[in-house]
Amino acid sequence: MSHNEKDGVNRRHALECMIWAGTGVVWTMSGGVPTSTLLGAAKAADAGFSFLQISDSHVGFDKAANPNALATLQEAVAKVSALPAKPAFMIHTGDITHLSKDEQFDNAAQVIGRLKLDAHYVPGEHDIIDENNGKAYLDRYGKGTKGYGWYSFDDHGVHFIGLVNVVDLKAGGMGNLGAEQLAWLADDLKGKSPSTPIVVFAHIPLWTVAPDWGWGTQDSMQALALLSRFGSVTVLNGHIHQIMQKVEGNVTFHTARSTAFPQPAPGTAPSPGPKVVPAGELRGLLGITDVVYRPGAQALAITDTTLAS
Amino acid sequence: MNTMKRVTRRGGLLLAAALAVTLSANLSPARAADGPQAAKVTIDNFAFTPASLTIKQGTRVTFVNHDDIPHSIVNASGKFRSKALDTDQSFEFTFATAGDFDYFCGLHPHMKGKIIVTPE
Repeated sequence: MSHNEKDGVNRRHALECMIWAGTGVVWTMSGGVPTSTLLGAAKAADAGFSFLQISDSHVGFDKAANPNALATLQEAVAKVSALPAKPAFMIHTGDITHLSKDEQFDNAAQVIGRLKLDAHYVPGEHDIIDENNGKAYLDRYGKGTKGYGWYSFDDHGVHFIGLVNVVDLKAGGMGNLGAEQLAWLADDLKGKSPSTPIVVFAHIPLWTVAPDWGWGTQDSMQALALLSRFGSVTVLNGHIHQIMQKVEGNVTFHTARSTAFPQPAPGTAPSPGPKVVPAGELRGLLGITDVVYRPGAQALAITDTTLAS
Repeated sequence: MNTMKRVTRRGGLLLAAALAVTLSANLSPARAADGPQAAKVTIDNFAFTPASLTIKQGTRVTFVNHDDIPHSIVNASGKFRSKALDTDQSFEFTFATAGDFDYFCGLHPHMKGKIIVTPE
């Protein structure tokens, strides 16, 4: 699959594998329909509200693919601060840190804190590799959550569900929700009207992007079955450091780009490890793109804008 | 005098070398005895190499991560489990009993490997 923007990406290809480099995405809920607006082109929401997604900051990462992941997180935060309309809150879809070290959590919190937004987190696998297997994350972000850190909340009539799919991974498998979390989800959704807009966010994609790279969640079908009766479901993930989107029935799946470093598209490299690009091209890849979509509608607008531009 | 000095110095060096061997043997007898019974598994590009390793009982295996991303070594039966290994960090485990030991990366479970331990 070619990712050369000069190819004149056709609509089908764009739908299959959208390449936009979002350091952050602003989501606008309007009439129960979520619309994403990339940072560079964000406008004030006429109706409804907007929220921000940041993902895969990997604070502490200092290898060739990006010698200073904290600096690019700062740049992402600066982009958000410049938005004409302040998002109602933000979600972070995991891999806040690279190695779950206290200093890395502290640095990330300090930078993200400049946004002065309520922030809702879910952990990535990099956030639970402290000596106590996730205690460092839960001490910071686990308040009011269940299990390894899952929870839900309501905002502007939208039901938000943060899931954890990076714990207790099974040999040969992918992401894992587990029976306890699925039971909680069933209970959480009980009594909710099918017209309630649902936004689910978790680190690893909740659909299978690339099984040989572990890019999927092995028991996600059970979660999606519980969500099938709802008219509007939006699933926001990270982990794969690139944008991919899929619409299936009432469910829109979307992955955000990293603020730290790109990863290769499936099938284009021997492994999903960090993609090293010439230093001058990194911010071009971390640039932002405007994607506006409406579930159920054909119209889909994608505009690439790089940070370098 | 020159000759004497040289001899003395050489003797001192030999003594130091002998002491060093004795010290290391005393401090870590297993490691010293391991000499021929050591093996290595490397992690490159999200894969264990060799993916299947056959060793004699009592062999110490060193797992080394060469990736830019942390990995871990986890045996599903709980016989061994490393912490997350950052770039160039390693984990050692001595396989004292014979048998087949499957393992995987606790962060990227699609990465799998196997250690086959044969009786001595």
